[in-house]
Amino acid sequence: MKSSATKLTDSDDLMTPKAAPVRRSRRRASDRLSLISMVGFPAFLHIGLVWIPALLSVILSFTRWNGIGGVDNIEFVGIDNYKSITTINTEFVPALTNNVLWLVVLMAVSTPLGLLLAVLLDKNLKGGRFYQSALYMPVMLSLAVVGFIWELIYSRETGVINAALGSDVDWLGNQSINIWAILVAAIWRHTGYVMILYLAGLKGVDKSLKEAAAIDGASSWQAFRDVVFPVMKPVNIVILVITTIESLRAFDIVDVINGGRFGLELISVLITRNVGGAASRVGYGSALAVILMVVSLVPIISFLSTNLRKEQAS
Amino acid sequence: MPKESGMNEPGKSLSRRSLLKGAGAAAAGVSFASVLAACSSDGDTSTGGTGGSSDTTTASEGSGGGNGGEVSFGSNFSDTVPKEALQKSIDGYEFGDEVKVNTIERQAYQENINSYLQGNPDDVFSWFPGFRMRALADEGLATPVNDVWDILGDDVAPGIKATCSSISDSNQYLVPYYFYPWGVFYRKSVFEDRNYTVPETLDQWVSLADKMKSDGLTPIAFGAADGWPQMGTFDYINMRVNGYDFHQSLMIGEESWESSEVRETFKVWTDLLPLHQDGPTGRTWQEAAQSIFGDEPECGMYVLNTLGMGQQAAESDQEGALEDLDFFAFPEINPEHGRKAVEAPIDGFMLSKDQADNQAAKDLLAYLGQPEAQDLYISADPSNLGTHDGTDTSVYNALQQKAVEIIKTSENVSQFLDRDSKPAFVSEVVIPQFGEFLSNPGNIDSILKNMEAQKVEIFSN
Repeated sequence: MKSSATKLTDSDDLMTPKAAPVRRSRRRASDRLSLISMVGFPAFLHIGLVWIPALLSVILSFTRWNGIGGVDNIEFVGIDNYKSITTINTEFVPALTNNVLWLVVLMAVSTPLGLLLAVLLDKNLKGGRFYQSALYMPVMLSLAVVGFIWELIYSRETGVINAALGSDVDWLGNQSINIWAILVAAIWRHTGYVMILYLAGLKGVDKSLKEAAAIDGASSWQAFRDVVFPVMKPVNIVILVITTIESLRAFDIVDVINGGRFGLELISVLITRNVGGAASRVGYGSALAVILMVVSLVPIISFLSTNLRKEQAS
Repeated sequence: MPKESGMNEPGKSLSRRSLLKGAGAAAAGVSFASVLAACSSDGDTSTGGTGGSSDTTTASEGSGGGNGGEVSFGSNFSDTVPKEALQKSIDGYEFGDEVKVNTIERQAYQENINSYLQGNPDDVFSWFPGFRMRALADEGLATPVNDVWDILGDDVAPGIKATCSSISDSNQYLVPYYFYPWGVFYRKSVFEDRNYTVPETLDQWVSLADKMKSDGLTPIAFGAADGWPQMGTFDYINMRVNGYDFHQSLMIGEESWESSEVRETFKVWTDLLPLHQDGPTGRTWQEAAQSIFGDEPECGMYVLNTLGMGQQAAESDQEGALEDLDFFAFPEINPEHGRKAVEAPIDGFMLSKDQADNQAAKDLLAYLGQPEAQDLYISADPSNLGTHDGTDTSVYNALQQKAVEIIKTSENVSQFLDRDSKPAFVSEVVIPQFGEFLSNPGNIDSILKNMEAQKVEIFSN
């Protein structure tokens, strides 16, 4: 009813362009419409596709359900799932530490390495395009393919490394080294990603800034540290975010190698196996998902709050 | 295979069998009425079930005769060889044109079975007997196929029939297609060259292994990265030490993992570990299998199944590897239980929910359960054996012949740990804890304690 009334006013308005008050209401109506479509629709999608499922996961995490039959088969069990995960599930603690390790290592190794490569490539080296493609190639491969490639490299009897070095290291089976072996593969892939982002950032830095710094007598290191790097702040933020996301959703490589077991546990693997896999422990898997959600909220909230505070300050 | 083959020995299976017979008769009465109602129109075209046994004709007359009709078929035969073999088998069916095969990648199929069956499943779908079948049947996701079993009659070994039957309602829910037994694989040429004799008991096996060691061979290949091959070793040791019945009770959560019986199993396994390739968790089963082939094999034996070994023999660089391959039944450990049990996973087909009146689907199942279909399949995928006694064993290769022989002399057929037990327990407890055992066998006390605690939780529902 309301919309047809608006329409009527609109057409009236077209016919009598001089009517000022009507025009004002028309603007308000179209404002409202665009407001609804631009904010309401995304908000609706966001709530429907993100918040409601997240909330349902939280609710499911307090239940026991094998995923078969209707909602009436769901049984509330309080915090039993959480208790069980933290007490008798021997894969949970390794999974959590591996996720954290993944984040720290990608942050500490891939980021500086990617930046270094980007700076070198930005100097227009001979064959720069070739290096650029070669280093970016792993990013274009799916992680499953990456896992497969590294499986061939690390295989104990037939792998490239042991064959080349004449060694007999159990790269993928020995629980004290296999996670590091996998992290090398993850770094190999993630560095290319970081590199391309920094490269784009470096290309976007105004040349006159560098020239000005050079005229003021800054060494190239000083110019980079005090002029170029700060200008690339948005890129740094993007890299921080994608690295965090990459390390929390890491899954494919370990899944290909051995299904994320025997030292290669990750929270994402445990969730997938329990919710989606043959295990069909929907409530239990949801509880794991909630734990992962809480873990991811920590860096996200701290990141957002410091940034917002800075924005407000400036 | 003549009729007297299979596992007609007395014992537990007999009582279960007679129980099934009674229940089967009762169920047949019910389904007979529904079949009559369904077949009111057309006449007497012969059923899909053909040849092989004299029971067929009478039974198909009894069921009113099939006349085809479209059947959708959910298949997990996703690898090339099995996929083509299944197609060959279906092409041989009178109404094969009307069968719509929907192939899904095997792993994904297995993981999504619950949602698949709850949604819009195909009429007929591939699955496994034993616990995995019973779980689906108990949830009402499958329709009994007793009428098909009336046709199969006694031409399928009772041990197989038992594992295709539900325990809670004594109906049959699965029509078996083929199976692939587990054993200890070795190469005839290696054994001949070095004068090794096939062991029958644990002591003989260990002394053979010691001999291999002194000859520079690693006695037993071992690849555990995939999680499942180690289950075969465990199943056999446990069945040899404690017997089939104890093993099955343990699988369904009725025995304690901290019991002295299970401890004994792990003690035997711990003693055997030094005879295996070390660092198994980093090795895939394919890599382990390949280590027994070649001019200078690294290992002498490997515990696996005919299916996997057949595949790997074909893929190895060694000329004539398949002909060279042989296996023996897992050695006896406790004389009381001898070598009565054999581990032989069966693949078969089930009817999805609410399909009791789908005669076309039942006719297809009856066809698949019988020799004609199975012979066609096995001819294209010779690593398996047909489940029907009437399958043509004269075309079997030496490996298959050996398997037939072992099945004949076995009283009980186990399915495999991940089919005999609850999937959640297997994937979330057994695999990680067995992995821990293989890396740190000394931690067995805490491993078994944890397994028991998690078992109680998972099986309590």
